[in-house]
Amino acid sequence: MAITKKQSAELARQAFEYAPAPEAIDHVKIQPRHGLFIGGRMVEAHSKKHFPTINPATEKTLSQVVDADEVDVDRAVKAAGKAFDSWARLSPSRRSRYLFRISRLLQERSRELAVVETMDGGKPIKESRDVDIPLSAAHFFYYAGWADKLEWAFPNRKPRPLGVAGQVIPWNFPLLMLSWKIAPALAAGNTVVLKPAETTPLSAMLFAEICMQAELPPGVVNIVTGAGKTGSLVVSHPGVKKVAFTGSTEVGKLIQRAIAGSGKRLTLELGGKAANIVFEDAPLDQAVEGIVNGIYFNQGHVCCAGSRLLVQESIAEPLLEKLKRRLSTLRLGDPLDKNTDIGAINSRAQLEKIQGLVESGVDEGAELYQPECVLPERGFWFPPSLFTNVSQSYRIAREEIFGPVLSVLTFRTPNEAVEKANNTPYGLSAGVWTDKGSRILWMAERMRAGVVWANTFNRFDPTSPFGGYKESGFGREGGVHGLLPYVDLN
Amino acid sequence: MDVRKTYKLFVNGEFVRSESGRAYRPDGMVNVPRGSRKDLRDAVRAARTAFPGWAGRTAMNRGQILYRAAEMLDGRAAQFVELLGGGVRARRELERSVETLVWYAGWTDKLPQVTGTVNPVAGPYFNFTIPEPTGVVAIVAPERDALSGLVRRLAPVLCGGNVVVALTAESQPLAALTLAEVLATSDVPAGVVNIISGQRKELLPWLSSHMDINAIDTAGCTTDEIKAIEESAAGNVKRVIKLTKDEMSPYLISAFMEMKTVWHPIGV
Repeated sequence: MAITKKQSAELARQAFEYAPAPEAIDHVKIQPRHGLFIGGRMVEAHSKKHFPTINPATEKTLSQVVDADEVDVDRAVKAAGKAFDSWARLSPSRRSRYLFRISRLLQERSRELAVVETMDGGKPIKESRDVDIPLSAAHFFYYAGWADKLEWAFPNRKPRPLGVAGQVIPWNFPLLMLSWKIAPALAAGNTVVLKPAETTPLSAMLFAEICMQAELPPGVVNIVTGAGKTGSLVVSHPGVKKVAFTGSTEVGKLIQRAIAGSGKRLTLELGGKAANIVFEDAPLDQAVEGIVNGIYFNQGHVCCAGSRLLVQESIAEPLLEKLKRRLSTLRLGDPLDKNTDIGAINSRAQLEKIQGLVESGVDEGAELYQPECVLPERGFWFPPSLFTNVSQSYRIAREEIFGPVLSVLTFRTPNEAVEKANNTPYGLSAGVWTDKGSRILWMAERMRAGVVWANTFNRFDPTSPFGGYKESGFGREGGVHGLLPYVDLN
Repeated sequence: MDVRKTYKLFVNGEFVRSESGRAYRPDGMVNVPRGSRKDLRDAVRAARTAFPGWAGRTAMNRGQILYRAAEMLDGRAAQFVELLGGGVRARRELERSVETLVWYAGWTDKLPQVTGTVNPVAGPYFNFTIPEPTGVVAIVAPERDALSGLVRRLAPVLCGGNVVVALTAESQPLAALTLAEVLATSDVPAGVVNIISGQRKELLPWLSSHMDINAIDTAGCTTDEIKAIEESAAGNVKRVIKLTKDEMSPYLISAFMEMKTVWHPIGV
């Protein structure tokens, strides 16, 4: 039974009406203008150039941040280089304590951080409050404990730090990605120059304050803001010994090429096009929640999003009906409202990219379903969307959309599911839904992906390694494996 | 009068001439096939086809096959010592090669226990991480140590369940090509190891840019070659392995492994 737009509107009306429940923002003070965090303090930039960072839900300017130039990056790398010797030689238990302190400060300032994260990036407050910030604090807490136990992580070796790590992070989980990068680097005795994403620099600027509050030795963490150009200056600076990048596969390849022959160590956490596979014996209601969480979490701005739903043919109809019904109950709107499920798209550029890919899906012959959904007048929004009638060759089935857009394909046999799931140059994550234990393990074994979620999706934890196969990058973040990219074992 | 051997490439379990029909004479005497881009592509295709089968073997079975390779190599000791120029040095190199195969044969069923983890996540989930082979691995053998040079790089890669396209030392390919005869009689399935001789300068660009190779071991490469390899490896985000320390180590096996993490809820 196909659900029409009219029926979906009816369903939405039947759902409970919620009164607005906006998170208060009066306790948060965003400075109108930021400098750079170099050598332990906020400094004026050499570039003298600033650009605005806006709230994507209102398009209002929140603050001005620096577009750092070559001189700024050089200063930051030199500050990190200067700090390296003493940080690496500091007693490991002291390094550990600094990281514990940072973790605690993140917890103490969690509400402020959550609000800033939501205002600057557009994600629902319930996600920044319940996922981004607690996981960031947990990540520092986990690696704090490793700082004085490194010999136990690498049998038969004396791990040594590499030097200055140049780290470039994306805009989808700004503070969490910062934590994934900085915590293991510092625990292993490295110092850091980090460049946050152009559209989401504010939580990193708050983190700079936290470093000062923690009395972290000057230069151990340096933060330079800017666009792609600044990022490329960071990774190609000769003083940087280790490069860590999270972002698109396209840019990852540029970085791999740019630092070829430099002897720098590299880890890449790149794009994905994950298959979320639902077998006919799966608990359908749970699977529907998992599918929704898989692709609509954080507006689909998730590299490991379950963007390809592979559903066994025999249950395709009832599953899709349930899924469409569920879509009509998702609340899109003010990210600061505690009831919001789907917030704002991070930027106009990203919105245009999503719109372009969705158009291509319609042009290529797929069938688009969007629930009745009123979009706010200002800001960047895209309704939760799903495509049926999708062929594997369509762009929407091959390319990472990085938006709330699901492509639905079907399969008949487990082998066909494996074949279709792995039919992509990516290999970051996969989902499997079935009640049969042996089939879960059989599928998990065959997924060419770094993370497999069985009967769940989009779960993260500091103890759990994360990273891709194939063109989704190399190296792991999280867990004991996440230390390896930051140590020299020779 | 001797019955002389024709040296051939080893592709998909078969001893073949280069499809190009070309040969070169590294020692000025013996004709050795000069592999072509097409030979490499054939080898990669054979390796990719063999990959699921080899990776899917039980760890114990892979260990036994590597051990069998050690047995076969040891059984042909005299032949290899002669190929390596005879004398104490040649014998030592042979012994070192056998030792390497035996050592890694014992690692196949231990690596997951040493490098895998059960992760205590903060929630009702069972979560574990295991190593899995990255896929098709290209090995550029070092120019020195004609036999052990290749064996030292080959064994850890095979140990983890990867499949291999190996480029022999250009200046002394005979021992490496003969090693194929050892592998062919050790129950190594066809396509799991492919050995190509030829000119590095000609073949490296094709090897490093091939879209179906997952990783490349640059053990035998110069600094300039590594730079060029890293540039074209970016085309499909190849893992470029530059561990040069000449040791037997599980860290070398791990360099060619992917860590896979699996989550499952715990509940009634």
